[in-house]
Amino acid sequence: MGGTSSATMNLKLHVWRQSGPQSGGEMVTYEARDVSPDMSFLEMLDVVNERLIEAGNEPIAFDHDCREGICGMCGMMINGVAHGPEGGTTTCQLHMRHFEDGDEVWIEPWRSAAFPVVKDLVVDRSAFDRIVSAGGYISVNTGSAPDANEIPVPKVDADQAFDAAACIGCGACVAQCPNGAAQLFTSAKVAHLGVLPQGQPERWQRVMDMVTQMEAEGFGGCSNHYECEAVCPKEISTDFIARMNRDYLKATAKGRKASPGTGQSIGNG
Amino acid sequence: MGWILDLYRSAVFKKYVMAVTGMMLFGFVLSHMTGNLKAYAGPEEFNHYAEGLRELGKPIFGHGQFLWVMRTGLLIAVGLHIWSAFALSKHNREARPERYVRERHQKSTYASRTMIWGGVIVLLFVVYHLLHLTFGTVHADFIPGDVYHNFVVGFQSPVISGFYILANVALGFHLYHGLWSMFQSLGWNGSRFNDLRKKFAVAFALVISVANISFPIAVLTGAIG
Ligand code: HEM
Ligand code: FES
Repeated sequence: MGGTSSATMNLKLHVWRQSGPQSGGEMVTYEARDVSPDMSFLEMLDVVNERLIEAGNEPIAFDHDCREGICGMCGMMINGVAHGPEGGTTTCQLHMRHFEDGDEVWIEPWRSAAFPVVKDLVVDRSAFDRIVSAGGYISVNTGSAPDANEIPVPKVDADQAFDAAACIGCGACVAQCPNGAAQLFTSAKVAHLGVLPQGQPERWQRVMDMVTQMEAEGFGGCSNHYECEAVCPKEISTDFIARMNRDYLKATAKGRKASPGTGQSIGNG
Repeated sequence: MGWILDLYRSAVFKKYVMAVTGMMLFGFVLSHMTGNLKAYAGPEEFNHYAEGLRELGKPIFGHGQFLWVMRTGLLIAVGLHIWSAFALSKHNREARPERYVRERHQKSTYASRTMIWGGVIVLLFVVYHLLHLTFGTVHADFIPGDVYHNFVVGFQSPVISGFYILANVALGFHLYHGLWSMFQSLGWNGSRFNDLRKKFAVAFALVISVANISFPIAVLTGAIG
């Protein structure tokens, strides 16, 4: 915890408040007093919430779980940037020292037709789960477990799969995209298994099914703005999007069609 | 045929269509600009070039026939490009119905955010341009066959020249984003290649718009005339 700075700061927050999925919402202004620069952004909100509760008001609802940058729950727009001003960082890992005394901070939920607001800053990201179920699997033989490292994986492929697997499904890519597109997420999930030898049998069906599900969920198309890449807390590259485009084209040329049922279970309508 | 329509529902597929047709249109604007550089060689050369276009594909095609093949191809490309452009724009707007109170762009550019508007300006311009220098409908003193004359007289009006310049600035922005974007949409990437495709886009966007803009300016300043 070296370099602890003692001076606290006061901020003015403008927060989106919305009591339920169907109700309208509005930006409400709060004072965040005596904020320590060592707090994380979520801890700062915790403090604001404690005071709201003490005063008998409804606390600000936001998603969070691990608070260590690995679960992907804590998404919110901070001053127009998904997860705030620090690159490669989730909101829970963003520290208040990146703000200054007297700053005004606008906090909004992810905005996308496919991510409906549940309450305040909480959105429903189950569309992501349905994209993963559409193609995030491989075939393995049942019976005795295969020996470890039986299948050779070239180092470059392993590295690439690992980069793709770093995706925590937070939805920042969708939130930042002017088209509300989920290409970065979906392409990372397609590549995660698709570059590995174990993922080859389903390679073409996977890309067909995941893209089909992505589009059925109501995400937009990619205009190559690259906003997603800029805010991804895991710094996943848009090269995966090009790879997905290439594989989808090949799958199309091979005459692949989406599996029955894919793209029909749209939860959010 | 049904399977094509099925595919066309996909936004990823529409982007292949944008990229392939955009590439064709790029090929056209590049050749068109190159050919027009002949205006700097004087009336004879320029009119000879314009006449030569009609002789393209000669032993196989008759006078002007191949030109019509090219025009038909272009028309189809333009049609598909515009259809996809509006379908995608609508789809993308619906996917993000609400805006943020605070908006901060990260890596997107003015060019990438205005593709549809740049496209619409170019479209309106192309319609005007055809009526102006191809059919002569809106030309003050159109002489069929005397391309050089039509060119010079056409650009003597500062208002008309101004519109040509504006449209080509818009085209420059469209190409600046479009020319590298098409590689991404088709999945042609690679860590070394990505840098190169950006340079390619800047170079050709600049060459095409600057050369096109030079024509009205050359007439207005008397360098051609
Ligand atoms: C000389 C004429 C034109 C050329 C050379 C051209 C070229 C291109 C190219 C190369 C792309 C990139 C495709 C990709 O991202 O894969 C593109 C995208 C685009 N074009 Fe054009 N275009 C022209 C005219 C038009 C017109 C007339 C319109 C609409 C009225 C238009 C609207 C668009 C839009 C909206 C995009 C972006 C689509 C997206 O990324 O979502 N373009 N264009
Ligand atoms: S709370 Fe888990 S990543 Fe932020």
